[in-house]
Amino acid sequence: MFGIGLLKGLSVTMRHFIESYLYDRKPWEPRYHEEWLRKRQSVEGKGLFTIQYPEQKRKISEHFRFLPMLVYDETPDKPRCTACGVCARVCPPQCIWIQRATDEKGRPQARPAGFWIDTTICMSCGFCAEFCPFDAIKMNQEHEIPTSDRDRDMFYSLEKLLVPVEYYAKLHPSDYAAEQQERQAKQEARKQEA
Amino acid sequence: MATDLGAIEAQLNQAFPGAVIDRDGDWLVIEASRLPTVAQYLRDEMGYDWLTHLSASDYPDRFEVVYNLYSSRPDQQGPGIPFKVRVPDKANPHVPSLTSIWKSADFQEREVWDMFGIRFDGHPNLKRILLWEGFAGHPLRKDWHEPYYEQEHKPFPSRWPHAQQPKPRSAEERVRWRANVQYPQGFDPDQWKPVPEIDVLPAAKIDLNGLETDQVYVNIGPQHPSTHGVLRMIVGLNGETVTSIYPVLGHLHRNHEKIGERNLWTGIIPYTDRLDYVCPMYNNFGYVVAVERLMGQEVPERAEYLRVIMGELTRVINHLLAIGFQFNELGAMFTPMIYAFTEREHVLDLFEEASGARMMVNYYRFGGVARDVSDDWLKRCRKVVDRLDRKIDEFDTMLSDNEIFIARARGVGAMSWQEMVNYGVTGPVLRSAGLKYDIRKVEPYSIYDTFDFEVPTFETGDIYDRYRQRMAEARESVKILRQALDRIPARGPIQAGKKPWNPKVPAGELYSRVEHPKGELGFYLVSDGGTNPYRYHVRSPSFVNLGALEAMSVGHLFADAIVILGSIDITLGEVDR
Ligand code: SF4
Ligand code: SF4
Repeated sequence: MFGIGLLKGLSVTMRHFIESYLYDRKPWEPRYHEEWLRKRQSVEGKGLFTIQYPEQKRKISEHFRFLPMLVYDETPDKPRCTACGVCARVCPPQCIWIQRATDEKGRPQARPAGFWIDTTICMSCGFCAEFCPFDAIKMNQEHEIPTSDRDRDMFYSLEKLLVPVEYYAKLHPSDYAAEQQERQAKQEARKQEA
Repeated sequence: MATDLGAIEAQLNQAFPGAVIDRDGDWLVIEASRLPTVAQYLRDEMGYDWLTHLSASDYPDRFEVVYNLYSSRPDQQGPGIPFKVRVPDKANPHVPSLTSIWKSADFQEREVWDMFGIRFDGHPNLKRILLWEGFAGHPLRKDWHEPYYEQEHKPFPSRWPHAQQPKPRSAEERVRWRANVQYPQGFDPDQWKPVPEIDVLPAAKIDLNGLETDQVYVNIGPQHPSTHGVLRMIVGLNGETVTSIYPVLGHLHRNHEKIGERNLWTGIIPYTDRLDYVCPMYNNFGYVVAVERLMGQEVPERAEYLRVIMGELTRVINHLLAIGFQFNELGAMFTPMIYAFTEREHVLDLFEEASGARMMVNYYRFGGVARDVSDDWLKRCRKVVDRLDRKIDEFDTMLSDNEIFIARARGVGAMSWQEMVNYGVTGPVLRSAGLKYDIRKVEPYSIYDTFDFEVPTFETGDIYDRYRQRMAEARESVKILRQALDRIPARGPIQAGKKPWNPKVPAGELYSRVEHPKGELGFYLVSDGGTNPYRYHVRSPSFVNLGALEAMSVGHLFADAIVILGSIDITLGEVDR
C-alpha cells in the first residue's frame, strides 16, 4: 500500500528522536557531563552526538598530529636536533628552513643555529617526525592557534618550536615509552660490546 | 598475468602492416596517423571496448600520448592493452582524436590539450577544461614554470643547511612574480579581452511548440551546487527539460600533477589525501600500489590486512555519505546525511587513532603502513563494523521503500552499461547498470583475492539502482572487514625492510589502477630512476564519470539533473586536481 515505506522510514527517524530526547533527560546522567558524553559518543552510544565547543572538547587521540615541535632534553639551548636536514628535505611542501651552527673556524656543528617552520604552508603530514633519526622533531597537538596576523605569528622560529621532553612524553606517552625502551636496549648493547 | 601483448602485436601487424612501429616496455607504439583505424579495430574486432585512461607526457624530443584499453568481455576482463603514440613535432603537436570511437576520450583529450597543448584533430570541442580560456601556456610541459618556482625538484637547497631566516612577508609578496610570470608573445594588457565563455554554447534559437524562442541557459554553481563542491554547470533548458549540460571545471585546480612531479616519491603520499577528500585512505592505497609495482616491493602480511581494513572502512563511509547527500539533493534535507555523518565519525575516530589524522591520513607507505594498531584498536574496529552493519540495515529500512524516493528515482538517469563503458564510467554507477566488473576481482591487488565477497549488480543503472548498488556494496565491504578482522595476524612487521625517506624508483612506466569507492582510480607513472617521478598522472574516477553527466541528464527535468549529478558521486578535489 502506498505510504507504508514512508511510515517505515519515519519510524526510524522517530526512534532517533525519542532516543535523543530520553537520553537527555536522565537525571542520573546529566546531559553535558564528561563521563556521559564519552559514553554517548562511543560506539555503543545512541542519540545525539554533538558537544558544546569550545566549553567542552573531545578527547583527542594521543597519536593526533598537528604542527611540528622540537624537543630538548635538559635546557633549550641544547636541543636534540643535530641539523642533519632530513626533515627539511623530506618535507613535502618544503616549509622547514634550517641553518646549521658553525664554530668560530666555520666548521659545521651538530646543532641548529636557526630553525624556522612556516606553519601556513605545513600540511601536518608528520613526515618530519617520522623520519627524524634523532627523535628530535615531534608533532604537537596544540591546534587552536588562530591569530590576527599570520606574518607575525605563524612563522615559528626556534623559541616557539622548542619544548621540553616532558611535554612530549605527556602528549605521546606510548611513543615516548617505546623510544625510551629502544634507547635503553641500544645503550645496553653498547655496554656489552665495551 | 599480463595480456599477451606479443600476440596482440602480431594480430595488429597482420591486420595493419606497419601500424605498430615499436614496442616500448609494456607499451605498443602505434603510428599516429593509423591510430583511429587501429583503435576501431581493437574495439570492434578484438573486444577491447573500454578506453579508461588517456594522458600524455613530455620528453625532451617528443610528446607521447598514452592510452589504456580494457575489455568488458567476461573472458578478457583483467589486464588491458597499453599503447601510445609518439609526437615528435614539439612545436605543433597533433594527434587524431578518438572521441568518435570512445566518448570517454572527450574530457581526457581536453585535459591533455589544456595541460600539454597537444591538439586532437577531429575533437568536437577542444577547449581548455581545468584552466580558463585565455590562460597562457600549458602547465605540464617541462619548460613551464609556476610562479614561486624555485627549481625542478625538491628538496630545495635553500632549506638546508644554510637557510636564511625566511622573512615573514605575506605569501603574495613571497611569490616571485617578476622572475616567473609568463606572458604570451605580444601580450598587451590594454588590448586583452576575456574570452566570452558563453561562446562555448550554441546560442541557438529553438522551436517551442511553433514559437521561435532563444535557448535558455541556467547557471548552477559554482557555489555549492547541491553541496558537492565548487562545480559550475551551464544547463540548457527547454521549459523544465534539460537539453544540454556543460560542466565548467577547474575551480579547485591546483595542478596536483605538477606538484607531484616536483616532489619526492614519498612526498606525494600526503598530497593524494587531498584528491578525493572523502576517501583519503583509498587514494593512498592506489598510489602506493602503483609505486610498489614499479619498485617490485613486497608488503608484509599484517600491513596488507591493515590496508584492506582501512580501505574497506573508507568504502562503507563513502557509500553512506553518497546516499546521504543523494537525499539532500532529493529534498530530504539533512536527516539521512546527518545519520551518515554520525557513522563516519566512528570511522574517523579509528583513523585518528591509527594514523594521527581524521581526514588527511597519510597512512600508507611503500612496503607497509605508517603505524601499527593496538589490539584495543582492532577490538574497537570490530565494534564499529558491527555498528555499521546495523546502520546499513537501518538506512535500508529508512529509505529503500520510501515511495517518494522511488517515484523520483525510478527510471531517472538510466543508461545501459554498454553506453557507460563507452563513456568510461566505472565503479558502482557502472555496476548498477548490470556489468559485473570490479578491479578487486578482475585484476586483484593487495590481498583482495583471498577474501570471499560478491560483486553485486543491478539492471537499469537508474538512480534507484545506484542507491541499491551502494547499499549492496557497503554490505559486501562489511563482509570483507569481518574476514579481515578475523584473519589479521596478531603480530608481525608492518613495514618491509627499512623505510627510506627518499627511495629511488627504478626507471619504468606503468599505469596501475585500483577499485576506489567511486570507480577506477589509476596512476600513470613514469620514472627515470631518480627520487622524483618524471611524470605523475592521476586518472580520477570522478572526472571521467562526470563526462557522462550530460548524456544521463538530457531529457530529464531540471531538478533531476542535480540528483543525477549526486548519484554519480563526484568529489571536486579529485575532478579538478
Ligand atoms: S631530522 Fe631531526 S635532527 Fe635532523 S634536522 Fe630535522 S629535527 Fe634536526
Ligand atoms: S608536518 Fe609535514 S609539512 Fe609540516 S613541517 Fe613536518 S614534514 Fe613539513
